Amino acid sequence: MSELKEKNDPVNLDIYSFSGGDEAQQQDLAGISADDRGQLLMAGMDVREAHRSGTFLQFDHAQVHCKSCQKGVEVLGINDALKKYDGLPDYFWKAIDKEQDEFTRASAAATTQGGYFIRTEKGAKISDPVQSCMFIKGENTGQNVHNVIIVEEDSEVHIITGCATSHGVSSAMHLGISEIYVKKGGHLTFTMIHNWGDDVVVRPRTVGIVEEDGVFLSNYILLNRVKSVQSYPTVYLNGRGALARFNAVIVTPKGSYVDTGNRIVLNAPDTRGEIVSRTITTGGINIARGEIIANAVPAKGHLECKGLILGDGVIHAIPELVGTKTGVELSHEAAVGKIAQEEIEYLMARGLDEDEATSTIVRGFLNVDIMGLPKELKETIDRTIAEHEGEMF
Amino acid sequence: MLNIEDLHVRIGDKEVLKGINLKIKEGETFILFGPNGSGKTTLLMAIMGFQGYEVTRGKIIFRGQDVTHMPTYERARLGIGMSFQRPPTIHGLKTKDLVQLCARDKEVDVPAMARTVNFESFLERDINDGFSGGEIKRSELLQLMAQDPYLVLFDEPESGVDLENMVLVGKTAKKLLDGPTEPSPFESMRDRRARHNTSGLIITHTGYILDYVNADRGQVMYNGVLCCDSRPNRPRDILDHISKYGYKECVRCLN
Ligand SMILES: Nc1ncnc2c1ncn2[C@@H]1O[C@H](COP(=O)(O)OP(=O)(O)O)[C@@H](O)[C@H]1O
Ligand SMILES: [Mg+2]
Repeated sequence: MSELKEKNDPVNLDIYSFSGGDEAQQQDLAGISADDRGQLLMAGMDVREAHRSGTFLQFDHAQVHCKSCQKGVEVLGINDALKKYDGLPDYFWKAIDKEQDEFTRASAAATTQGGYFIRTEKGAKISDPVQSCMFIKGENTGQNVHNVIIVEEDSEVHIITGCATSHGVSSAMHLGISEIYVKKGGHLTFTMIHNWGDDVVVRPRTVGIVEEDGVFLSNYILLNRVKSVQSYPTVYLNGRGALARFNAVIVTPKGSYVDTGNRIVLNAPDTRGEIVSRTITTGGINIARGEIIANAVPAKGHLECKGLILGDGVIHAIPELVGTKTGVELSHEAAVGKIAQEEIEYLMARGLDEDEATSTIVRGFLNVDIMGLPKELKETIDRTIAEHEGEMF
Repeated sequence: MLNIEDLHVRIGDKEVLKGINLKIKEGETFILFGPNGSGKTTLLMAIMGFQGYEVTRGKIIFRGQDVTHMPTYERARLGIGMSFQRPPTIHGLKTKDLVQLCARDKEVDVPAMARTVNFESFLERDINDGFSGGEIKRSELLQLMAQDPYLVLFDEPESGVDLENMVLVGKTAKKLLDGPTEPSPFESMRDRRARHNTSGLIITHTGYILDYVNADRGQVMYNGVLCCDSRPNRPRDILDHISKYGYKECVRCLN
């Protein structure tokens, strides 16, 4: 345990600049350098905007591009949304408490903030995903972001939100507040892809509130090195029949410290929660959390947490189940270990050598088919995984 | 095709195979009978070269090459194929992708192949994930069809398979061993057969598989050694004998 403690150094907020970087509105996606494009692509952002219903792109604190191209979904910068909707009194700092910790306090106190506001119209089915990306370009930037998502009644949308750092940046910090509201019968797929740099510290604070029959599907992908991530996105299923499902695929190379997981709170009858995480360490440290709390009946939750240790890394799985009523049904399975010899031999009997067999199994383990991502994004992710194979075994 | 000489195999501290001699010719199908725990599966595992099956004496020659200490994947590439009894599930590996991997560089029409074993609807599923007994057999056969080995090792084709599936499994096994049974406009039946010289080593308890494949020879494995050579083309005699008298005859035979 001492090793875990050592590695997660306390964050010194003073070294980062949380102001500035909010000028220079570059409204033109074509002006983005090829290198930055590559970084953005790996965070799910397609600058050609092919098959996207909207785009929000932010460099440091400057909104670079914001557009919705499909009826039924509104995409705004958070500052514009606060102006337009009188400070969003029902949504802004309503799901998350400003006083929760030093990071929420720092975010609330910062003089500059970015972030997006995405809202669907009642009943709108948005066929193509909305994409957003928070990009860090300046050294020692403290990027402060506050996002608000509202999925109105009976509407449906997929939001792909990426975070990336420009290659030139070595040290930076990202503070991200995300408040997500899924109204009655709403359906949100929320895919988050992180592509940070080696010396970037990340502290997202995410809370979702889901009403009756609402669905919240969340995907999280982190494949590249990052200095430190600590987050615990939490979803409250407050209405009868609501459903939340989290899928996460995480790789921690040497030098990464990733403490993350998901929490689902079942607060109404007939709610269901499912958390599936697959993590691989190739030398980094991963605290794989997961918690399902059931405060109503009938309510069902299942947590699955699988970890593979391929380098001399650490995976510390902490699955937790809390039931507070007679009749809740919660279960979990957790496994941390190595690739099963039996699986390798099965593939070797088909003519694959040991390396081919191992990489086939690892690719399967990290498979993201279940996430329902657009084809090109899935291909990018598969490619990234393939590029990492060299360091995996 | 396969020539096993005085093979001794140990699992851990236990000597399981105690001097096996076995020859299987090109195109020949050999049936292996024997009570539970006698070492039949062990023989297949040793031929495939799995970890934990330590050859302490003797050798395995396959198509003229000594494969006794070769890694499993090289044996597979040389043309030894095995149908597993309880294959593991591999998450995220689609059945169709594994079938393609089995074919290596060969061009194969995976959906068309799958159709012949009524397995098209499984191609997108993770391999072996929740497959029933019959489905496992069909999946294994599909992989073997793609691999197209010279020697097929088949461990209890009938275990866990219902009657309907047994017909399909039996017919597919036959096709795998005999090659195509319909003449083609480009090739006479005789030439087709001649080119197709797949051999088989099949373990069976029930003998149901004998209703489908042309078995050339058979023997009983008893306590790590082979006995009771059948007359040519009459492995069924052994089965009839066993069902009448049990395996106790083997003890006499060996002493
Ligand atoms: N992994 C193993 N560890 C220890 N003993 C084993 C193992 N596998 C098989 N054996 C032993 O080897 C003998 C032969 O087993 P097996 O080849 O599976 O028999 P069969 O297939 O003829 O039923 C049995 O006594 C069995 O208990
Ligand atoms: Mg057996």
